[in-house]
Parts: sequence; structure tokens; C-alpha cells
Amino acid sequence: MVDTLVFIVAAAICLTGALGVILARNPVHSALMLVMTLFGIAVLFVAQEAHFLAAVQVIVYAGAIVVLFLFVIMLLGVDRAQNLELSILPIQRWAALVFATGSLILLVGLIMVVNEPVTGAEAMGGAASGDENVRLLARSLFSDYVYAFELTSLLLVIAVIGAVVLARKPKEIQGAVVEELGDN
Amino acid sequence: MEITTGWYLVLGALLFVIGGTGLLIRRNPLVMLMCVELMLNGVNLSFVAFARQLGDIGGQTVVFFVLVVAAAEVVVGLGLVVAILRRQPGATADDLSALRG
Repeated sequence: MVDTLVFIVAAAICLTGALGVILARNPVHSALMLVMTLFGIAVLFVAQEAHFLAAVQVIVYAGAIVVLFLFVIMLLGVDRAQNLELSILPIQRWAALVFATGSLILLVGLIMVVNEPVTGAEAMGGAASGDENVRLLARSLFSDYVYAFELTSLLLVIAVIGAVVLARKPKEIQGAVVEELGDN
Repeated sequence: MEITTGWYLVLGALLFVIGGTGLLIRRNPLVMLMCVELMLNGVNLSFVAFARQLGDIGGQTVVFFVLVVAAAEVVVGLGLVVAILRRQPGATADDLSALRG
């Protein structure tokens, strides 16, 4: 009973937030709605005994990624409202409609049709407490997936270097702009 | 009414579709990146639901990697957006056709 209630409330929060992200005119509102969705998903993770992922979801997504979004919005001053009516190409709206209905029917239909329980190996061994979840995840991460785990560190270093290189103000462009201004 | 794995999968599918629709109808590159995050979260939810149903921790491990890749993707994507908007203030996705041959 409590499970059902938690799922319904969290799902409503998730869907409201998701619709808010794509319908809000102001990017700041979109970012705040994204936080709402992410919190709802964190609640659902807890409901499915993925305690570690719920914590990481809040810390990484809501704490880091959305803050990064807000920083960029504020720094660039792109928090002007976008007119949703004018900004869409006519064909774009039809493409979106076709995509949305088509994939929705396909996905939900498939889930309803393939309703029989999936068979698989029981590796987790029943319901796990919070500590047990972290222990299992750590064991899996540092044994079976240890190469992938090490590669993600490489990926993060590449992302940091790429972000610094991309967002840096290039010297030659600054020089060119100054020259242009001088000519005029 | 009991909440089965199917309900989580349907919610994940809904989030994925909402994110994909937003990606198609919005032109602000920042909001488009947020829509990608929505799609990733819909898939994460499905992974965790299957991990629960199968009793296999591997699903949660995959979600962990998706989180890391999403963080890296957002960092590089926002770096690109900053670089583009600095050169061309107020640019939308439709204005970024400079690479068209």
C-alpha cells in the first residue's frame, strides 16, 4: 500500500517536472523543473532498494549538473523567454508529434505485450539493506567492471580538458576583433 | 494494486518520450541538453527496475556508468554552448548551420 502511494506520488512529480522542462519558456524554470524530476527519480530508486544510486543521483545530478546548467544560463544571460509559437519550424512540430505518439505506442505496447516475468540469475540474493546494496555495487564495480571503471576516470579527464579548451577565450580571435574595431 | 516492474518501465518510457519530444521542439541548446538528461533518466529507471526484478546488481552498475558519462557529456556540451554563444550571442540550434557544406 505504501509502495503504491510512493510510486504514484513520485511518478506524478517526475512527469510534472519532465513536462515543465520542455514547456517552460524560461531556461531557468526548465532547469528547476529538471531538479524536480531528478528528485522524483531518486525517490523511485530508494523504493527499488538502489540506495547508493539515489544518493549519487541527488549529489551528482541535482548538486552538480543542474548547478552547472544554471551557471551557464546566468553567465551567458540566455535566460530570456523563448516564444514557443514562433520558434518552431512547421515540419518540426509534425516530426515531434509523429515521434512522440509512435515511440509511446511502441514502448508501452511492447511493455504490455511482453508482460511475462523475465528469467535471470538471482545474483543479489533477496531484499538488501542500504549497506548491503553499497557492498554489492562496490564488489560488482571493482571486480567485474573494473576496466570500465578505470576507463571512466580517463573519460572524465578528457571531458575536463575538453571543457577547458572549448570554453577558453582564444587569443587570436580577441586580437582579430581588436584589429577590426581599430580599422573601423 | 501492486506496483510491478511494468509500471516502472512505463514511467521510464514516458520520461524518454517526453525528453525526445522536447529535443525536437525546443531550439535553445541548453534546454535541448536538459532533454537529453531526461531521456537518460528514463533509461536509468528501466535499468534499476530490471535490476530489482532479476535480482542482479549489474543493472545498477550500468546506471552508475551512465551517470558518469552523462556528467562528462554535459561538461563538454556546455563548453560547446559557451564557445558558440560567445561568438554568436542568442544563437539557437537552427543558427548553427555554419558547418553545412
